[in-house]
Amino acid sequence: MSESEGYSAAAEVGAVRMRRSWRERAWIELKKAPFTAWLGLVIILAYIFVAIFAPWLAPYGEADAQFGAYEPWSAAHVFGTDQIGRDILSRLIYGARNTIGIALATTLLAFLIGGSLALLAAISRGWVDQVLSRAVDVLISIPSLIFALMLLSIYGSTTLSLIVIIAVLDSTRVFRLARAVAMNVVVMDYVEAARLRGEGLGWIMRREILPNIMPPLVAEFGLRFCFVFLTIAALSFLGVGIQPPTADWGSMVRENASLIQFAQFDIKAGITPLLPAAAIAILTIAVNFVVDWFLMKTSGLRDEH
Amino acid sequence: MHPVVSIVLQRLALGLMTLFFVSVIIFMAIEMLPGDFTQAVLGQAATEETVAAFRRELGLDQPAYIRYVQWVGGVVQGDFGTSFSGRASSGVDRSREVVDLIAPRLANTLFLAGITAVIAVPLALALGITAALWRGSLYDRAVNATTLSTISMPEFFVAYVLILFLGSLYPVFPSLANVSAETPFWERLYRCALPALTLTLVIVAHMMRMTRAAIINLLASPYIEMARLKGLSATRVILFHALPNAWAPIVNVIAFNLAYLIVGVVVVEVVFVYPGIGQLMVDAVTTRDIPVVQACALIFAATYILLNLLADIISIVTNPRLLHPR
Repeated sequence: MSESEGYSAAAEVGAVRMRRSWRERAWIELKKAPFTAWLGLVIILAYIFVAIFAPWLAPYGEADAQFGAYEPWSAAHVFGTDQIGRDILSRLIYGARNTIGIALATTLLAFLIGGSLALLAAISRGWVDQVLSRAVDVLISIPSLIFALMLLSIYGSTTLSLIVIIAVLDSTRVFRLARAVAMNVVVMDYVEAARLRGEGLGWIMRREILPNIMPPLVAEFGLRFCFVFLTIAALSFLGVGIQPPTADWGSMVRENASLIQFAQFDIKAGITPLLPAAAIAILTIAVNFVVDWFLMKTSGLRDEH
Repeated sequence: MHPVVSIVLQRLALGLMTLFFVSVIIFMAIEMLPGDFTQAVLGQAATEETVAAFRRELGLDQPAYIRYVQWVGGVVQGDFGTSFSGRASSGVDRSREVVDLIAPRLANTLFLAGITAVIAVPLALALGITAALWRGSLYDRAVNATTLSTISMPEFFVAYVLILFLGSLYPVFPSLANVSAETPFWERLYRCALPALTLTLVIVAHMMRMTRAAIINLLASPYIEMARLKGLSATRVILFHALPNAWAPIVNVIAFNLAYLIVGVVVVEVVFVYPGIGQLMVDAVTTRDIPVVQACALIFAATYILLNLLADIISIVTNPRLLHPR
């Protein structure tokens, strides 16, 4: 705005009244965000970029085993090759796609199951609520890694059974949180009004309750994602999760772990098995940073009273 | 009846109920197997008679509820059945009792979890309480940042970083924790150093954060402010006003983390090739040896439930508000 136009109070008041678009509001919030949140966002975006454009970024194929086994770091193979001669950098890049993709699908499924059951329990209450809540109480009392191990031994370690098993186990935690927050919303007058004007169960769930319990659920989504991501990485590391030849960070750590004993002679070889583990750790830390900031923004939840 | 007693009994009943349902779920594992699993266990060449004998041994000719009662009856007497491995299609049975597989390994796991708990619990409580008391100080922020990044890392990452520095670059401790029943105590302690250290780091981070949050929550309550305002010394406020109410959250934090420990032990045992029950369970899952998986799952789940039950009961018994009913 140039000086020659002069200052008009009316114009400024008018401008403020103008409703900011969703994008503008997000930008304003972001500008106020602390450094850690920014760092977390940038890291997450970088991971997503790598995951989406993996085939163009990776120098070699995902399961391309045409090189010598355990080749050292060089210009041709930035991080060397693994035990059957696959380029580690390429597998790291494809691993982003597989590991994050599977964890994301699992978390989404867990929220779909847990969230809709929780809303159902909160709206209908009575015996539906009782049955669902008691069932969740039992399922939640078994450590999920142990339960997952047991179910995987029955149904076998396929990607589909991995996703379904972890999603069902994790949906119990989503159910608890979503039910607790939804219980506070269903007693509101506008829900009663919707029910009186004859809206169906689906409408009340989607249009009346869901928008009002969104902020805690979004924060929970971040935390759940971290948890699912770590569980799947642990299962893959144990050899019962994502199966080869699919590139995955958890199993990559296991496959190259023996290199660590050569750290004294070649520090680069010693670090190689830590790279996929570090990739996991950095993403979880980044998501935690963003969730921390989001929680502080939406609920004022912080440990200072 | 005293209200505390009735609440404790109520919790006990609830805990036993949960244990019952969990055992039913674990028992169902064998029900959910595909029908041809006998072939997978015995091999393609298994004769009709071998398969029939195997099915009879598993009791598959009886209804499920009778088998459940027999299974639970066996478990209570320490009989978990026989392993699936070591069976041949010719009918030769070299399989071992599950309890023989589990017993020595359970002792190893308890040893590892025990020394971790002995180090981690006092350390975490001290860190958590001091961080809460000096909230906002440089010390608090440093401890907080370190623990936040530790809990975001997978256990095996922590384990391999420790192996890299303490096992490989500067070989202070052995990076493989192979112990046997004959290993003397100090030797065993030395070999378990890295797995115990890994578990300690992970557990301390969780426990310290939870202790800190619980204590901060407590110190923010109005009666503590009142005690401060009427001029009591800081020691007196903490020892006589805060502490009686702090037992419940602290015990809960400890129990929660010990329960977390028995799960974390699985991954750490695999990393260090420690002959514990977690390693056994993972091996059994890979070979789909269902009786062993069931036994391990039951032991883990029962420990988890009992620890949480114990924490519940201790926090009820130490709750001053319940001890003096009006």
